[in-house]
Amino acid sequence: MKKKIVVRFCGDSGDGMQLTGNMFAQLGAELGHEISTLPDFPAEIRAPQGTIGGVSGFQVQLGSGVYTPGDKADVIVAMNAAALKVSAQSKHFHEHAIIIVDTDSMTDKDLEKALYKTDNPFTELGIPETVQIVPVALTTLTKEALKDSEMDNKSVLKCRNMFALGLIYWLFDEPMDKAIHLLEDKFKKKPALIAPNAKVMVDGYNYGQNLALNITQIHLEESKVENRAHGRYTSIAGNKATAWGLIAAAEKAGKHLFLGSYPITPATDILHELASRKDMNVMAIQAEDEIAGVCTAIGAAFAGDLACTTTSGPGLSLKSEAIGLAVMAELPLVVVDVQRGGPSTGLPTKTEQTDLLQALYGRNGECPAVVLAASSSANCFDFAFEACKIALENMTPVILMTDTYLANGTALWRIPQLAELPAIKPQSVPEELKGKYNPALRDERGVRYWAYPGMEGYEHRNIGLERDAQRGTISTNPENHEVMVKARLHKIEQIANAIPDLRVQCNTASDTLLVGWGSTEGHLHAAADELNCALAHFNYICPLPKNTREVLSQYKRIIVCELNTGQFAAYLRAQFPDIQMEQYNEIMGQPFAVERIVQFVQQH
Amino acid sequence: MEASQFKSDQYVRFCPGCGDHAICMALQKAMAQIGIPTHEVAVISGIGCSSRMPHYLNTYGFNTIHGRGGAVATGVKTSHPELTVWQMSGDGDCFAIGGNHFIHEIRRNVDLNVCVFNNRIYGLTKGQYSPTSAKGFVSKSSPFGTVERPFIPAQLVLGARGTFFARTLDVDMPTTVDCLVAAQQHKGCSIVECLVNCVIFNNGTHAWIADREQRAEHSIILKHGEKMIFGKDNDKGLAVEIDPVTFVPKMIVVPADDPRVLVHDAHQPDTTLHRMLALMGQNRIENVNAQVEDNLPIALGVIRNVEADTYDVAVNQQIAEVRAASKAKTFDELTGTLESWEM
Repeated sequence: MKKKIVVRFCGDSGDGMQLTGNMFAQLGAELGHEISTLPDFPAEIRAPQGTIGGVSGFQVQLGSGVYTPGDKADVIVAMNAAALKVSAQSKHFHEHAIIIVDTDSMTDKDLEKALYKTDNPFTELGIPETVQIVPVALTTLTKEALKDSEMDNKSVLKCRNMFALGLIYWLFDEPMDKAIHLLEDKFKKKPALIAPNAKVMVDGYNYGQNLALNITQIHLEESKVENRAHGRYTSIAGNKATAWGLIAAAEKAGKHLFLGSYPITPATDILHELASRKDMNVMAIQAEDEIAGVCTAIGAAFAGDLACTTTSGPGLSLKSEAIGLAVMAELPLVVVDVQRGGPSTGLPTKTEQTDLLQALYGRNGECPAVVLAASSSANCFDFAFEACKIALENMTPVILMTDTYLANGTALWRIPQLAELPAIKPQSVPEELKGKYNPALRDERGVRYWAYPGMEGYEHRNIGLERDAQRGTISTNPENHEVMVKARLHKIEQIANAIPDLRVQCNTASDTLLVGWGSTEGHLHAAADELNCALAHFNYICPLPKNTREVLSQYKRIIVCELNTGQFAAYLRAQFPDIQMEQYNEIMGQPFAVERIVQFVQQH
Repeated sequence: MEASQFKSDQYVRFCPGCGDHAICMALQKAMAQIGIPTHEVAVISGIGCSSRMPHYLNTYGFNTIHGRGGAVATGVKTSHPELTVWQMSGDGDCFAIGGNHFIHEIRRNVDLNVCVFNNRIYGLTKGQYSPTSAKGFVSKSSPFGTVERPFIPAQLVLGARGTFFARTLDVDMPTTVDCLVAAQQHKGCSIVECLVNCVIFNNGTHAWIADREQRAEHSIILKHGEKMIFGKDNDKGLAVEIDPVTFVPKMIVVPADDPRVLVHDAHQPDTTLHRMLALMGQNRIENVNAQVEDNLPIALGVIRNVEADTYDVAVNQQIAEVRAASKAKTFDELTGTLESWEM
């Protein structure tokens, strides 16, 4: 019995690996396991078939105590020679792993396409003998399974992934009735494909059962439920969770949700989701460029809506000036930055945490904005909601950082009821200011009031120019500018009064503290558990939780771990110059490997 | 309503003698004539002299950043189609830095009223050439004359599938008010090119028609359904002649009583004639030293005014249709449609 297992499906971009992996993960989630997934696909839509560049992978970890998709796979399904090569070269599996390979896709021609130099791929790749290779003629067996169907050869070959999935279901002894039900649901828009895919999947399962392959079934312990909130669960990808967090916030706030966006990997799925959510009264506009995306949103905010724009690093650069306008005009605006590898076009489909300083400082002038970061695919929902709440209640742009890993990965999500989410009270102008309103008037927190077109008696002119602190009109007065710069800064700082304290996780009594932010929480949690040390993970970056200094000063050794060259560490050092911090950084376009963090902490 | 209701309490800071003063007054008059209450009007601008306009109008206003007024205005109008939305812009703001937003608001046919103040110069940055400056124009950033071909705004608007184009002149108040009122009445993206004089950096740029002595001879005010007649004594008319060899049509000036004199049809979907009318006299800006041999007048008034679906209405209509047909309308109903399980 194992507590958790890691499975990686890899094959050609056209082999349906993302679908296969997702189905396997979802069944696991339905059976009560925790899940964490890592889709890993190339930027090319369809690279030449059978080549290294076209390999698409999907990794999932199932079980209990699952915080990450796993460093290395226990089981690998390699649909062709190129996939096997990529997995071996990238060390995707450990030395006792099981590798299921399609022998039909390992012909000389396939080896040639994948640039093998010899005709013995396993030796050439240096795969240790402890690894168990399970050769299966996937293609032949799939053809055999569908020999009575009327499908053409090409369509038959597309079902190979289901044979592999069936075999994996057998390996983990999973219930086929639930698996078939899930398959029916996945293919409900293409009902003609249900029967053949189900047939192939069941044949794959039976192949394992009947031929008694030279491997033993792996049994996964039932996941413990006690530390999990009771409720309805589903598996959700980060981008969808982000979109739904925005939808929930709009309904909670009684506001109309407006999205101005421009397609950019890996953020586009948020636009897709919101464009299809017209049933929820969402207005999602595909603008002519990134700048128009944010500017249409600023227009909608000026007109009284909950306005958002979604992008990735290059888009955030283009939006900088307009975010500054929203800071100056003091309008609520949510900017979602799904980070990818940079700079410039960089690594569009890979993950990185390299936009932090851009989000904090990448604007002209003294230009403070709120910066939040989600730390799992599921809590993209919570922080999208929180971003909207802070924006609407404090009349400020809020930048929400997620990344490729969270955006495309899936996690188990407890579905909340709207009623259980915190109230959102937009900073609407009080009735008594009618006829006396100007856009500089603030409440006791220092947050200005929101009045918008259509409201009689509150007509005003908003500006990107400096405004007079009393009258709200254009001002170039030197003293006034300093007053206003401080007023805008104070407005952001006072938000710290309304956010939760930083909570230390894992072994809080240790004298070593790992520090992280955003999407690395799972990996750092797993590493801290293994190291038996403490973890302080940040979702609130600007402003920081009020007890940050108190927490940091309790630990002898602090290691700030991030997927960049040390941006959060630099930010923390600037705030707490007296506190010593080490750094652990990786910049490889991939999530952390828990193993490497542990090694670093132990060896340094 | 009265024009004074649309005046804000702000002191108007355009330079003395600037053409923008006249357009500002015309806007206040036009808004009063249209009669939409001040709180239902939003005036959005970018950056530049013209973009100061919202400060002088007692409506909702938003003076944004350089070039982006069109995108902000698109957001305001699309999210709230019940509002009347104006955009104030200039030849730099609209045709250079904001060029992309400009062509796309026209292409989408967002129901905006866009005033482009064309003085063929960057005034607020103190005198650089703009995309509408004539080739060879000497300015601080082109001390030896520009080497670039200018935009002809009408061509850009028609190329982007514009549904409304009008041209007016700062010193012609009645035509300006007429154009602004027509722009508001037109459902769709209405572009009004306001030819304004920059008294400081480009004085006399439109003198050929702005000069009172010459205006009647050098310009024609087009009115839908009326004959195209102009001249001090209303003795000239416009007609089309087709070159027998190249088949290229061209505008010609004929006596006012010539039976070939055209009647202006602003509602004609075909752009051929609108383009020819809008391009009359524009060869004068092709080159600072242009020797113009034709005697064609510059067309003022509403040149094109056709109908097409507007973006703001279409977006809202689609949302309403999908929502009406959907069973799930709230977040809780939406999550109810998910494949989920109890744990």
